[in-house]
Amino acid sequence: MKATREAIPAVLTELAKGGADIVALDADLAKSTGLDKFAAAFPDRFFDCGVAEQNMIGTANGLAAAGKTVFVGGFTVFTVGRAWDQLRNVTCYANLNVKICSSHAGISVGEDGATHQTFEDIALLRMLPTMKILVPADYWQAAEMLRAAAALDGPVFVRIGRPKVPFVYDESYKFEFGQAEVLRPGADVTLIGCGVTVKMALDAATELAEDGIHAEVINAATIKPLDEDTIIASAAKTGRVVTAEEHSVIGGLGGAVAEVLSENLPTPLRRVGLADRYGKSAPYEELFPFFGITAEEIAAAAREML
Amino acid sequence: MATTDELSRSDLKRYLEERALTLRRHCLEMIGRARSGHPGGSLSAADIVAVLYFHHMHQSHKNPRDPDRDRFVLSKGHAAPVLYAALAENGYIPLRDLQGLRQLDSKLEGHPDMNKVPGVDITSGSLGQGLSAANGMALAGRIDGRDYRVYVLIGDGESQEGMIWEAAMFGAHHKLDRVTAIVDYNNLQIDGHVSDIIEVQPLKDKWRAFGWHVLEVDGHDVIAIEDALKEADMMHGKPTVILARTVKCKGVSFMENKADWHGKAPNDDELRRALEELSCVPEVGA
Ligand SMILES: Cc1ncc(C[n+]2csc(CCOP(=O)(O)OP(=O)(O)O)c2C)c(N)n1
Ligand SMILES: [Mg+2]
Repeated sequence: MKATREAIPAVLTELAKGGADIVALDADLAKSTGLDKFAAAFPDRFFDCGVAEQNMIGTANGLAAAGKTVFVGGFTVFTVGRAWDQLRNVTCYANLNVKICSSHAGISVGEDGATHQTFEDIALLRMLPTMKILVPADYWQAAEMLRAAAALDGPVFVRIGRPKVPFVYDESYKFEFGQAEVLRPGADVTLIGCGVTVKMALDAATELAEDGIHAEVINAATIKPLDEDTIIASAAKTGRVVTAEEHSVIGGLGGAVAEVLSENLPTPLRRVGLADRYGKSAPYEELFPFFGITAEEIAAAAREML
Repeated sequence: MATTDELSRSDLKRYLEERALTLRRHCLEMIGRARSGHPGGSLSAADIVAVLYFHHMHQSHKNPRDPDRDRFVLSKGHAAPVLYAALAENGYIPLRDLQGLRQLDSKLEGHPDMNKVPGVDITSGSLGQGLSAANGMALAGRIDGRDYRVYVLIGDGESQEGMIWEAAMFGAHHKLDRVTAIVDYNNLQIDGHVSDIIEVQPLKDKWRAFGWHVLEVDGHDVIAIEDALKEADMMHGKPTVILARTVKCKGVSFMENKADWHGKAPNDDELRRALEELSCVPEVGA
């Protein structure tokens, strides 16, 4: 178990040591993002903007316009929510090299509750032209995505979370931008996850297999641009699709898959996720069952269609 | 720029005043032709922009992406016409392109787009963001050991945005003495007088309290503007803000100082009368 956010200081320090022309900003949350460790290693490459998220993105825009690749931290709810206009009207419109690696996305934030959790960040960013959205399922994938973010042209959002989460991959993992990964082949139903729900989808597939149901499991790690071909091909094979995410069922992975399938290959679909509601406080392990985002719910959604 | 550096003060004054007049005429012609745009804030800033683009700033159309160039951030992006006019008169874009303002086949968007127009140093239009961007550019220059300066033009109504003050704190904290902010202090915004909508006074005390070196000038006195810019260039250890007292839509008597002319295009008759006042042969409907 390791938190995806632990990849932030590790990868940024590695990039800077390798000579990458990067700068990191935070908004008084460097201890949460781990950017304090990056700051200790590269003090003149880090600026703490204080509790001022709009200024953080605005400053990042200026740094990027002057040639830097800028990683911005903070909590996702504020970096993306409070500073959305700054992202919309400058970062994305001007296609600047601003990479959002804020932490505490999703409801896995836990005890801090609804004001600090996110269920809308993917939706908010998905509609912005030039933005790329990557959702890591574990530490290793997060590390690879941060490397990819530095290499990609223009704005990138890596959706990083707070808690320690189980490994799906190992150190040898290589991320391919824009590629959905088929983690387990199956012919009866397609289970598509991203982030923490990838492990849940794998567990659901194991559970379904006990009843002789063969589920195909896909990690839609790149939400934008979405790998439509892989998703359509799997839906064509299985004829049933379940999506799962710690995000609203509106506008996130489920919304994106619904758009792709209804235009290309109308397929029965169930979306597991937050049902148009806010999160709440609780230890995060209790929140997932509370909101119906579990391996069992994914398996149940699959059975409904069989 | 080398050529204007050799001028006497009186010649420089005459030269810059003529340039500012030319910018004003371009603005009104562009906006009149487009039948859309923002004359008030464009004309209000014409003298400031003229001093920067025809004398003070170090940059050239020959290399608009020169990493060492001085930058200009038009935080009040709705004054795009005055920026486009200055860029055209400096050879960044052909003068005839000015005619395309706000049209489908033109790169001159209603608000400046850095990827479409050479010489536009950052995209703007959403108010409140320019000072942060200027700070970022200055930080990048510091990291790279380059000694370019960044000039950023802010509206007084725009100064109601909280982000301006976030950036003011940031700039002072990091001692960004290569940033010069200029406030186009015309006491007008869309809905009326700034002092009636939400008072921003005392601006001088506010900026000073935020840790900035504050200068006050008549924003239509080109020599006073130049002197203030020079003083700002010499400041060490803190950024400077120049509070430039201006008249919105300056130069056209019947448009001056009226909130109505913030974002309204002159009709053909108004344009003809305005250009006459700016001592120019009218070219209406051309
Ligand atoms: C964030 C944002 N809110 C609102 C607007 C719409 N708007 C354009 S200009 C303006 C008034 C600006 O007044 P001021 O800054 O004083 O500009 P000036 O008088 O120099 O034209 C407003 C509200 C905008 N462009 N951006
Ligand atoms: Mg004003």
